[in-house]
Amino acid sequence: MTETSNPNLRPTPHLKDNAIIRFEGITKRFGKVAAVDNVNLDIREGEFFALLGPSGCGKTTLLRMLAGFETPTEGRILIDGKDVAQLPPNKRPVNMVFQSYAVFPHMSVTDNVGYGLKMDNVPAGEIAKRVTEALELVKLGGLGDRKPDQLSGGQRQRVALARALVKRPRVLLLDEPLSALDAKLRDQMRGELTSLQEKVGITFIMVTHDQDEALAIATRCAVMERGRLAQVATPSDLYEFPNSRFVADFVGSVNMFEGTLEEDKPSEAIVRVPELGAPVYLDHGVTGAKGSTVWVALRPEKIEMHKRNGDATPMKMEDAPAGANVVPGIIRDIVYLGSETNYEVEIEGGRRVKTFRSNLTRYDQEDFTWDEPVWLAWHACSPAVLLS
Amino acid sequence: MSIAEPVATIERAPPKREKPGPLEYLRRWPLQAIVGATLIFLYAPLITLMAFSFNTSRRNIVWEGFTLDWYGRAMNDDSLVQAFVNSLTIALICTIVSVILGAMSAVLLWRFRFPGKTALEGSLALPIVVPEICMGVAMLVFFARIFPWPTGMPWPLNLGAITIAHISFSFPFVTTVVRARLASFNRELEEAAKDLGADEWRTFWDVLVPHMMPGLVSGALLAFTLSLDDFVITFFTAGPDTITFPVKVYSMLRFSVTPEVNAASTILIVVTVLFTALGLQLQSQAEKQKPKP
Repeated sequence: MTETSNPNLRPTPHLKDNAIIRFEGITKRFGKVAAVDNVNLDIREGEFFALLGPSGCGKTTLLRMLAGFETPTEGRILIDGKDVAQLPPNKRPVNMVFQSYAVFPHMSVTDNVGYGLKMDNVPAGEIAKRVTEALELVKLGGLGDRKPDQLSGGQRQRVALARALVKRPRVLLLDEPLSALDAKLRDQMRGELTSLQEKVGITFIMVTHDQDEALAIATRCAVMERGRLAQVATPSDLYEFPNSRFVADFVGSVNMFEGTLEEDKPSEAIVRVPELGAPVYLDHGVTGAKGSTVWVALRPEKIEMHKRNGDATPMKMEDAPAGANVVPGIIRDIVYLGSETNYEVEIEGGRRVKTFRSNLTRYDQEDFTWDEPVWLAWHACSPAVLLS
Repeated sequence: MSIAEPVATIERAPPKREKPGPLEYLRRWPLQAIVGATLIFLYAPLITLMAFSFNTSRRNIVWEGFTLDWYGRAMNDDSLVQAFVNSLTIALICTIVSVILGAMSAVLLWRFRFPGKTALEGSLALPIVVPEICMGVAMLVFFARIFPWPTGMPWPLNLGAITIAHISFSFPFVTTVVRARLASFNRELEEAAKDLGADEWRTFWDVLVPHMMPGLVSGALLAFTLSLDDFVITFFTAGPDTITFPVKVYSMLRFSVTPEVNAASTILIVVTVLFTALGLQLQSQAEKQKPKP
C-alpha cells in the first residue's frame, strides 16, 4: 500500500528504528479454529500501537501471546531480538494492564503497585521510592493507603497502570483500557494515556474494538479480521486510504458502492456504478484490470449537499466532467447531533446515501428539511477505490 | 354565575389505608405470630435447659433455688471432662485437616478438567446426602474389619478412628463452600500476579488464598460444629475409652436427666457460640475486603 507522509502526525519523540517486537508467522489454533493466522508484524520501539478489530478477530489472543498467557501454535515472537514464545509470563520484559484492571482487592494501593518489585526482590527502600514516583506519575499521590474498594473505576485503572509501569517494562500492554469507563472519563483518559506514553517513552500496545479510540490514541494501528492482519497503517492512512472493504467499513462510517472499472489512466479513472446512476470520476489512476469489479468507498462527510430545483440544469463539479460525481436525491432522514447533522438521502433506484454536514453556524441545521430535493456531489479525490 | 360565589368545597375522601402486601411483615399479624412461635420453639428448650442447670433440685421439673453446684460436679466428673476434652480435640484436628483437604479438592475441581471429574464430584457430595446412620454402620464395619485402629494407644492417638470418620464427612462441606467462593474469582487477578513476576506458588498464596479466605472460615466453622455435635457416627466408632461429649451425655441420660447434664450442655453451648461468633467476626473482616462488583 502507499505510505503517505503526513506532516500533521503526532510527534513521537521516543520513536526508534529498531523493531522492539517482531511476530514471525504467528499462528494460534484452538482446536481446529485458528484464532490468529500467520501474523507477521514489526512494532517499533517508542510506538503507541493499537490492535483494532471486531470481537473474535484474534487481537486479544495476539496480545496474550505477547504477555505469555497463551503459547503460539506456530511461529516466533521476538522481543529485542530474543524469542520469548515459550517463556512464562513472569519471565518476560512486558507488563499488562488488564481489562478488569485486576487490582488485588486485599492489598492497599501501595502494596499493589509494589507487588511486582517485591517479586523481583528489589530492596524495600527502593520499592517505597519507586512506588511513590509511580503514583505521582499517574496522579494518585497521597492515595497509597487506600484499599481498591475505596477507589473509583478511573482510579483503579491508574493503579493498574502504575503497577505495570513501576517495573519499567520494555513494552506495556493494554487490554481494552478504556472500555469500562464512562464516556466523559474515557475522553479524559485518552489524552492522559498519550501524554503518559510520551512522558515515560515506553512502547505501548493497546487492544481495542473501538475505532475512535484507536484513531485518537495510537501512532500506528493494525486492523485484524478473522485472525489475519487486514491493514497496518497510521490512523489517518487507515481512515483515508483503506485497502479493503473490511477496513473501510470497520473504521468509521462509509457509503460503499459496487462498480466496474471503465477507464484507468495514470492520471484519471472512471468507475461505472449502476446504483448511483452517475459515473464516479477519479483524479488518479487505479491499478486494476479494465472491466473488473471494484468498490467505491465514499465517507459521508466528503459528500456535499446542494439545493436542487426541479427543472434546473444539472449541477457540475468543477474537478470532474459534466454528469460525473453528482447525483440527485431526496432527503429522507435527518439526525441532528449538535456539532453536525447526519442526512440520509434517497437517490434514484432507492439506495440511501449517508452524508454528514458540520453545523458551522447556529442556523446551518435549518438549511435542509425532510423530503427536500438535493444534489449530492463529491470531489474527484474523495472516493477510495477498493479492489477487495 | 357571580364572581363572589364561593368556590365549591372539595369533598375530601377519608385517607384510605392501602392493604398491606402479602409479605409486609410489620402489618401482617399472622407473619408475626409465625415468627414468634418459631423463636419460642427454637429457644425455649435451650433456655429451660440452661436455667435448670442452676436449679438446686435434682429434678428438672420445679425451680427451688439458685446454685452453681452442678457445674462443680460436672467439672469434677473425670469421665465427663475427659469426654469434653476428647470432643474439642477431635473437632480441632478435624477442622484443620478438613479445611486443608476441602480447599485442595475445591481448587482441584475448579481449576482442572480431568477424566473422572464428574465421578469425583459425585463421590464428594455423597457424605453430605448419605443418611448418617448408614455412614455410622459403614464406619463401624470399616474400622472393625478392614482397617482396625490399634487399641490401647496413648491419648490422643486413640481418637484416630473417630477423627478420621469426622474428617471424612466434614471436608466435603468445606469443599462445597470454598468452591462456591472460587466461582467468583477473577482469573485476571491470577494473570496479573504472574505478569508482575510471581510464580505459581506465590500466585496461589498472594492472590487465590486471600480470595478463598471467607470460604475457608465458614468451612472451618461448619467442620468444627459438625464434628463437635456429631453423635450417630461417633457412637458407632467410639470405643470404651474414647467417649466424646455427645455420647457421654447420651449415656448419662439413660440413668436420669440430672442438672449435671444441663450444666455440661450449657458449657458446650457457650463454647460453640463463642467459636461461631469468632468465626463470623473473622469472616466479616474478610468480607470488607471483597472487591466491589
